[in-house]
Amino acid sequence: MSIEKRKPLLEVRDLKQHFPITSGAILQKQVGAIRAVDGISFDVYPGETLGIVGESGCGKSTTVRSISQLNKPTSGSVIFNGIDLVKADTRTMLKARLDIQMIFQDPYASLDPRMTVRSIIAEPMVIYNNRRLLETPMSPMDIERRVEELMERVGLNKAFKNRYPHEFSGGQRQRIGIARALALNPKIILADEPVSALDVSIQSQILNLLADLQKEFGLTYLFIAHDLAVIQHISTRVAVMYLGKIVEISEAVQLYDNPLHPYTIALLSAAPIPDPKVERERKRIILTGDVPSPDKERTGCYFYDRCPKKMPWCSCHIPPMLDINEKQQVACWLYDKRDLSKVTMEEAEADAAKTASEKT
Amino acid sequence: MSMKPNAKTVLDVKDLQTYFKTDAGIVKAVDGVSFSVREGETIGIVGESGSGKSVTNLSLMRLIPSPPGKIVGGEVIFEGKDILKLSEKQMRSIRGKKISMIFQDPMTSLNPFLKISTQMVETIRLHEKDVSKQEALERSIDMLKLVGIPSAEKRIQNYPHQFSGGMRQRVMIAQALSCNAEVLIADEPTTALDVTIQAQILELIAKLSNQMGTAVILITHDLGVVAGMCDQVCVMYAGRIVEKATTDELYARPSHPYTEGLIKSVPRMDTTKKGNRLFSIEGQPPNVIDLPPCCPFHPRCHKAMEVCRQAYPLVKDLGKGHEVACWLFAEESEKQRALNEANIKEKAE
Repeated sequence: MSIEKRKPLLEVRDLKQHFPITSGAILQKQVGAIRAVDGISFDVYPGETLGIVGESGCGKSTTVRSISQLNKPTSGSVIFNGIDLVKADTRTMLKARLDIQMIFQDPYASLDPRMTVRSIIAEPMVIYNNRRLLETPMSPMDIERRVEELMERVGLNKAFKNRYPHEFSGGQRQRIGIARALALNPKIILADEPVSALDVSIQSQILNLLADLQKEFGLTYLFIAHDLAVIQHISTRVAVMYLGKIVEISEAVQLYDNPLHPYTIALLSAAPIPDPKVERERKRIILTGDVPSPDKERTGCYFYDRCPKKMPWCSCHIPPMLDINEKQQVACWLYDKRDLSKVTMEEAEADAAKTASEKT
Repeated sequence: MSMKPNAKTVLDVKDLQTYFKTDAGIVKAVDGVSFSVREGETIGIVGESGSGKSVTNLSLMRLIPSPPGKIVGGEVIFEGKDILKLSEKQMRSIRGKKISMIFQDPMTSLNPFLKISTQMVETIRLHEKDVSKQEALERSIDMLKLVGIPSAEKRIQNYPHQFSGGMRQRVMIAQALSCNAEVLIADEPTTALDVTIQAQILELIAKLSNQMGTAVILITHDLGVVAGMCDQVCVMYAGRIVEKATTDELYARPSHPYTEGLIKSVPRMDTTKKGNRLFSIEGQPPNVIDLPPCCPFHPRCHKAMEVCRQAYPLVKDLGKGHEVACWLFAEESEKQRALNEANIKEKAE
């Protein structure tokens, strides 16, 4: 695939986003941190759709919020068009962010109920115009024309532009959100669960619209969803997240045909398929327990507590990203070149202690 | 999944109608719904939001807030009696004991101020007056063990916030089944949960239903969940059941254009080839206030005919209990008669 040779549009390197836990009423001091995103790296290439899947609390949404600098990342870098957004000064960052837009999950909460559809869609243009960050300044007439053009493009009647969000249904509101994201002609759209709040019949309309827009404007998507079938439908590559880490990142076809990480395997087997015959014959891997809280620092594999294939080695060694082939990367010790299954707990712990002392 | 054609019918719903009075007009949330559930069987009710799935089941439990809501017609036969005609006191001895319900959101359906033990003991002692506190507590612990909560003896003394979402849903199931309910109504039991937890909970419901012979009414919008869990499926649209069939039959031969569209519009993990456009049903679900007396799906239907705009379709049996409410399956003469009647009505007005 030629995709690998192209220059990435967005590079994320060792991104960490920790939220402090404080205690004390007046003299607050930090007693710990929620490690929402704990060191992830990936590239997004122009024109592709990178899907991110994972369960709630695994850091999917935090990842996109950190990329768009809505939360300042704790450490790591987000390089977009050669600019590191984390370190750049505000003006440079704002200018670069013109090309990065977001679509949010809840179409009921992400639109200001007191603004008309026209002002919602025009807002990004007005703001960037006032800050003089646009290459060619826009007159109010230009903005008006652009709003109408956008409304028609996403399938809304432009006669409705003076209406308020509550007059629209969920699917139509999501279209308003999409029009707003398109307003500045972005290069990449970060879509945070754009279809999970919608009904099945509306969901397919929005997915088709997103696919059409991608073809038409050459957009790149970073697409978050917890629904594996939706991700498979829309993505070129897929990253699976667990507890703030990426456990597997592959081309979509490979991931679904041949999942490698035990978590991916369990996740795929747990997702229901709308066909009774297939459902009856499938083997399910039911994971035990819940996702642990991300509030402590881990020394072993993040999936250790729930993994059906865990080995003593995994308890005290964090797996690195291993390249299986050009298209698949996985963070799991099962795929290490050494056979680690025979290592006992004592040996594993001794090895971990040795590595730790070497570091210090 | 198991078919039990000879099992006895536990709950029989006939032509149920629940209306809500609003300022904008009468909302016919449920308008003539009929189905029956047999012992040990799981029946699925699917539909989009606003199609009347939840109202149907709240009506079965007589939990419709009144006013504005009212059950205006129909019968719900349970143990030979129409429970819509029972007094509130008699109803209380059925609700939560013989017919139990688990709700969608495990975060809000447990009382955050009370320990799990208090809530579970209360349920049992309310329905079985002669059970002592100690016995009820022991039974609650057994139930928690049954639904797979580790160290149940200790955990029962915890408050709901100390449990995760999946665990809370387990507690809800334990509580719902603690009085050996005959019918369990599960209203979107896994919608708020993650896929891996969803798989755990669904397996648990299926296992318990098998063990205890509980009939389950599963309300969901997820066609995948239905495929894996249910023996029979009812598809609802705008307050009515548009198609009813065994699960295999429904997925193999979806007959109503809405069902067909619904099944085709979900992306599938196992077969979909990338790049294909999804099939999509155009338009929006209708507003159920003052619906005209015609097929509510006709504005979105790609096979709509003149008669669909004039009259509500008859329910046709396609054999093997596969029922569909669509004019496509009616006889020419029936269509003609409906058209004539509609014309006469129009002239009279």
